[in-house]
Amino acid sequence: MLEKALTGDSKYWGWIGFLLLLIAVGFGAYLRQFNEGLTLTGLSRDVSWGFYIAQLTYLVGVAASGVMLVMPYYLHDHKAFGKITILGEFMAVGAITMCLLFVLVDLGQPMRMMNMIIFPTPNSVLFWDMVVLNTYMFLNIIIGWTVLQNERKGIHYQKWVKVLIYLSIPFAVSIHTVTAFLYAGLPGRHFWLTAIMAPRFLAGAFCAGPAILLLIVFFLRRFTSFDAGDKAIKSLAVIITYAMILNVFFLLLELFTAFYSQLPGHMHAFVYLFAGLHGGHALVPVMWASVILAVIVLILLIPPKFRNNYNLLIPALIMLVLSTWLEKGVALVVAGFIPNPLEHVNEYAPTLNELVISVGVYAVGALIVTVLYKIAIGVKAEVGDAAH
Amino acid sequence: MKSDRRHFLKAAGVATIGVAAGATAAEANLLDSAKELLLGPKGAAPYPEAKKGARWAMVVDTRKLTAESMEKMIHACNHAHNIPLHPLRKKGDKYNKDEIKWIWEEEFENAFPGQMNEHLPPKVTQNEVLVLCNQCENPACVRVCPTKATFQREDGIVIMDFHRCIGCRFCMAACPYGSRSFNFKDPRIASLEINPEFPTRMKGVVEKCNFCAEQLDKGLQPHCVEACKNGELVFGDMNDPESEIRKVLRNNYTIRRKPEVGTQPQVYYIV
Repeated sequence: MLEKALTGDSKYWGWIGFLLLLIAVGFGAYLRQFNEGLTLTGLSRDVSWGFYIAQLTYLVGVAASGVMLVMPYYLHDHKAFGKITILGEFMAVGAITMCLLFVLVDLGQPMRMMNMIIFPTPNSVLFWDMVVLNTYMFLNIIIGWTVLQNERKGIHYQKWVKVLIYLSIPFAVSIHTVTAFLYAGLPGRHFWLTAIMAPRFLAGAFCAGPAILLLIVFFLRRFTSFDAGDKAIKSLAVIITYAMILNVFFLLLELFTAFYSQLPGHMHAFVYLFAGLHGGHALVPVMWASVILAVIVLILLIPPKFRNNYNLLIPALIMLVLSTWLEKGVALVVAGFIPNPLEHVNEYAPTLNELVISVGVYAVGALIVTVLYKIAIGVKAEVGDAAH
Repeated sequence: MKSDRRHFLKAAGVATIGVAAGATAAEANLLDSAKELLLGPKGAAPYPEAKKGARWAMVVDTRKLTAESMEKMIHACNHAHNIPLHPLRKKGDKYNKDEIKWIWEEEFENAFPGQMNEHLPPKVTQNEVLVLCNQCENPACVRVCPTKATFQREDGIVIMDFHRCIGCRFCMAACPYGSRSFNFKDPRIASLEINPEFPTRMKGVVEKCNFCAEQLDKGLQPHCVEACKNGELVFGDMNDPESEIRKVLRNNYTIRRKPEVGTQPQVYYIV
């Protein structure tokens, strides 16, 4: 099937070339960092994780969101998702590849990466994160590829594939739960020390991931022969709406616990995010932008009249992706370090080199998703399942 | 660490013997001599001067600390452990992002954020105190490390294997005391006066106070303790009821940093 990715018009090749260029530039920036060390980032002794790990966190959610298609389709026989489930699975492959690359570029000694396997340490959450991320990635590659291949041959997928599909559902939940445990189990970080960290992550994932997918679906509908169908779009929009409501609700729960209890440790990071603390206020605009966008998104998504109007749905989805990214892909990780354990406010901002590396990683993910989608859509067109 | 290695080698040796169950007597002899070569003659302790069965801890008598004495102790540590003084990363930076520190000064309210109140005696709140790794009995950093690069010795010391650390910095997120530093850049800078007795590090690994394990293994006191002249720091074995540290703890009211996080710090403060 790979040959489907090798034929395309000039726009396709232009896009591939553009991504390869970004990857090359990002790789160049990474070589600089590899040589000089993480001093080229904005990270410090106090804010020791930043943009890279925040992207990991966000993208794990994007990957996990594939389950929002897999579950309705395979468990509840929601036929409308039949055509786009493969898109969710392939998006997960791209997202997890990016997650693993973001961990890699964050390591101080990347050449020793294999120490995690040579000296497996089950009491470390990072060990389990590695296990579930890799397993989930392979599950999605195998499932997506096999189902597509069978579709091409005009046969139903085998029983063993069904077993893997069922297995992939708890694994989707586990990747984001374990990623939340990276944060939620640390004794001195009040901002992260919350039992609803995993549910918050899942709620954020289940709105942001499908939103990205739906935007891609709209793009494919416009520019290719692939049409997911109105029924699938509308069901997915409902799922996104519920998940976004939960996402905002969970944030409000955090705010209640922090401010009604008046526990200083629990309030500090929120004060820092929303108002600034001890003269540090770099994330105040980020947090407010996220919250304001979230409110607009809910207004546009909750009434069916607005949600079913694609002219409103598309901007709502874009704002949703932006809002959740600002919260989880920027603020959540950084604010856990501010104030530091000694209550000093030392702020963080990514450097240009850090951002160029990150763009390179995103380009790798986009390239993988592009190639896999090209194949999927090519096969669907071949068997006559592309147009609605 | 040495004892860990011994255990590992013993286990490896046993495993090898198990695999080679059908080996001849000559081969078994060969294995024995190989073991002796690796482990030393039978019954030899790795560090004969080191006190056995100890559990090390420290008391900081903040009443006796002066700016001058603290500086001496910090300097002794920095010099002994090849800690570089990196310049600011960028001119105008509000704080030193590349900074490495094992023991340093903090205001009382920063060292003990939960125990500050504005009516404490000025001599308590206005003087700076020394902070360092707490050598926790229940260390969060060891729990999260994905490679066992940071681990706890039998004598309680939480220590780093600089050659195994992958630089993921999970331990820095886990430490409730901000006691860990990361080598954002190469620490072997030109201005560093290298002490050949202690290894220098490389970029990309985490480091922290090791309670001067290298001194204890020689039967000596930590460098910071050696550098203080008026009993500002008391260091000793908690398993020995007659040790000076146990006496000091019996006779003085002491506090620890963030006792509520359950790490059981082994650095005690008299205020």
